[in-house]
Amino acid sequence: MSGIPISHILFLSTALFFIGMYGLFTRRNLITMLMAIELILNSVNINFVVFNKFLWPGKLDGIFFTIFIITIAAAEAAVAIAIIINLFRSHRSIDVEDATEMKW
Amino acid sequence: MNALIISAVWGVVMMFSGILLKQRSGIRNLAVAGLVLLLVSNILEMSGTVFFKVELKGMIVFDRFALFFDSIIFASALIYLFLSARDMEKVGVNYAEYFALIFFILCGITLVASFKSLLILFLGIEIVSIPLYILTGSEKKNLKSNEASLKYLLLGSFSTAIMLMGIAFVYGATGSFMSAEIIASPGTVSALLIAGMTLLLFSMAFKASVVPFHFWAPDVYDGAPTVFASFMATIVKAASFIAFIRLFNDLFGDMKPEWQLWMAVLTAATLFVGNITAVFQQSVKRMLAYSSVAQAGFMMFSLYAMNTDAVEGLLLYVAAYSLATIGIFAVLNKMSDYTFDGFNGFAKSQPVLAASTTICLLSLAGIPLTAGFLSKFYMLRAAIDTHKNLWLVIFAVVMAAVSVYYYFRLIQAMYFREGNAHEIEVTPVFKWTMVVVAALVILLGIFPNLLLYWFYF
Repeated sequence: MSGIPISHILFLSTALFFIGMYGLFTRRNLITMLMAIELILNSVNINFVVFNKFLWPGKLDGIFFTIFIITIAAAEAAVAIAIIINLFRSHRSIDVEDATEMKW
Repeated sequence: MNALIISAVWGVVMMFSGILLKQRSGIRNLAVAGLVLLLVSNILEMSGTVFFKVELKGMIVFDRFALFFDSIIFASALIYLFLSARDMEKVGVNYAEYFALIFFILCGITLVASFKSLLILFLGIEIVSIPLYILTGSEKKNLKSNEASLKYLLLGSFSTAIMLMGIAFVYGATGSFMSAEIIASPGTVSALLIAGMTLLLFSMAFKASVVPFHFWAPDVYDGAPTVFASFMATIVKAASFIAFIRLFNDLFGDMKPEWQLWMAVLTAATLFVGNITAVFQQSVKRMLAYSSVAQAGFMMFSLYAMNTDAVEGLLLYVAAYSLATIGIFAVLNKMSDYTFDGFNGFAKSQPVLAASTTICLLSLAGIPLTAGFLSKFYMLRAAIDTHKNLWLVIFAVVMAAVSVYYYFRLIQAMYFREGNAHEIEVTPVFKWTMVVVAALVILLGIFPNLLLYWFYF
């Protein structure tokens, strides 16, 4: 662990963040979009842990925050899946293009 | 502290009341009782009676500002329940759960009103948002409701992710989540801190539906069941502004030059887009959604100015805006036709309700003698006190004049058009609560100190 410089890990988290953003904006399948959001949240988790370890060692603030994020993300995913199931019941599809009852 | 614990516990009580109480009126009365308890215990805490002593390590501080704001919110929520609780029966079968979710949202609002740590801000925002996703989609058979909750969920969790990225940057720059330590962190303002602040600014602007992050708001308010749209557009929006002003006052107060111009641009854009788009709406519900965006523009003035006047003004604005909008939404909810034409001849069939609605609309438009006028006045005075960007104030006055058009269009439909506004059923409680709302709007417009007095003593 000590051999890896901070820039490598920050590069990983930034890459994950933008992969997630790309997925959210281009994919049309709701489950994939949900996965993209989870990807963004996990990139934030990596950020917290790496800042804690390299910049502010000695306290555990960043790692505790990560645990809160994981918990909240689970709650959010549970609600998201429920909404997707509900949408599937009414539209018979989980493609966002089919949910165009209202225009932007 | 009282309100935080009681609201969370009462949410659980409401969940069980769905099993234990067979009658819907019983559930409703239990919810009203819980809200009265919340309001009373919160006011007791303002005078120093704290029921629960919990060591919070300074992460949450229940200062005067937070407690006062909580009292305004609980009072608005009580009025909301008197006006709209009966209409929740129309939404679906899970009557008790709707109240449970509303109590959980109130719990989240007490958190965002009193946070001193970014962790609490994040938890509070999520505790508010997640029940809202469910309430938006609670009308399960309605396609619009499903779609609105989906949009809200996707955009809401995206903005939460942006906020978390901002918090991560702030943590990286300062090594702490506590606002006192972030302010005290030595050295010059680093690029990392500015990046984090900008991301936090964007995500909070999203939560408060500030242009250009407002796209979700009209769709979600339009698609959500009207009772819950009313709750979202008033109480939750007020809470997101309180979180916004707390964040930028406590954490980034020293960096005012860095963000003041941002705020000015966002304010102008919000006023412009909100008011101009509202003019073209045919549905009253959608008009109210855009009007809530436009009113958010006025609330943004408090963030732009960020002085004593601004904080006072925001509290008054929150009270005035919530009261008036809750009233109009409650009447709208009784109508079968949500277009402007649906209100034709409403004054003939329901003179009392039409008069109260008119007072609420006048308040939103900012006509003198109503609370809306004075709260707008406070905001503009706060902006003038900064001695910068006077064009913003002039622009806001012009936009307030534009807003008169669409508010008065509804008044015109009610009073001066012949029509057959359907005979609607209203209970005496509903009618009297509307009269109380209208009376409060006028009372606050003449004596704003009745409210602001509580803020200092």
